[in-house]
Amino acid sequence: MDNENKKHLEDLKEIRSIMERSSSFLSLSGLSGIFAGIFALIGASFAYWYIYIYHAFKRSSIIVNPIDFNFEIATVLFLDAGIVLFLALASGYWFTYKNSKKKGLKMWNPISKKLIFALLIPLVTGGLFSLILIWHGATFIISSTTLIFYGLSLINASKYTVRDIRYLGISQVIIGLVDAIDIGYGLFYWTLGFGVMHIIYGTIMYFKYEKND
Amino acid sequence: MKSIIQNINKFFESRVRLGIMSVLTVQDKADFNYLKEMLNLTDGNLASHLRTLENKGYISVNKKFVGRKTQTNYYATNEGRIAFKNHLDALENLIHGGK
Repeated sequence: MDNENKKHLEDLKEIRSIMERSSSFLSLSGLSGIFAGIFALIGASFAYWYIYIYHAFKRSSIIVNPIDFNFEIATVLFLDAGIVLFLALASGYWFTYKNSKKKGLKMWNPISKKLIFALLIPLVTGGLFSLILIWHGATFIISSTTLIFYGLSLINASKYTVRDIRYLGISQVIIGLVDAIDIGYGLFYWTLGFGVMHIIYGTIMYFKYEKND
Repeated sequence: MKSIIQNINKFFESRVRLGIMSVLTVQDKADFNYLKEMLNLTDGNLASHLRTLENKGYISVNKKFVGRKTQTNYYATNEGRIAFKNHLDALENLIHGGK
């Protein structure tokens, strides 16, 4: 009977592990988050330098007043954001790829596809909505819009991966909402959300799931 | 006590069958390669257990052509889900109640 019990217990453990592996994407690497955060900090530092030192704008006037938002500045900031996004995605892909290899799992499986889809729906919506806001000249609310939609994307995608992503998403939404109240400090809240929060959660995830592997 | 043991489904004594049912109750469907990778099995071993499960009516199979290749998807039937759930409940009862 004891032996039987042991076998049953092991059966249950095995079932639990298979269910977990086939319902969530566990190869997401914390290092992806850390690097995305570092790139965001570099990009934000550049933007800060460009706006407040190179162009010597009075602090916060640029984001508040759309009239100051001239074409050259818009282009440079857009490129800056684009490069940060590209580097963040590339490093995210790279570290997650390495992590899934280490775990002996395929990176493209039904779960990771569902995860990407769940992430992209709110994210693309937010991106388009931000473009519409620019079109209307409502640039002062863009930083909070991107933070809020990014947070909602993470919350939506988190049902297919580790729980920490949900908390990262909630913190982005909160930062975005505070940003929307405290208009004019978009760059600061962006740095906090996309930079600092990614590094914090990336580090937590790295020590929680990867270091001991 | 006796009734609890009766609920233990002999059919699920195989780890492979348990594994297949675990995947298919969490995912609505899975193809052959995914099951193979997830459960770390050889083609032959997996195929024979899939056939057994299908014959028992616990899973259903759907073959379709994607380009020139066939893609075979497996689904858990309602009957299969219920049988698997009963088996899990029985296992739990046995472990918690049997002490």
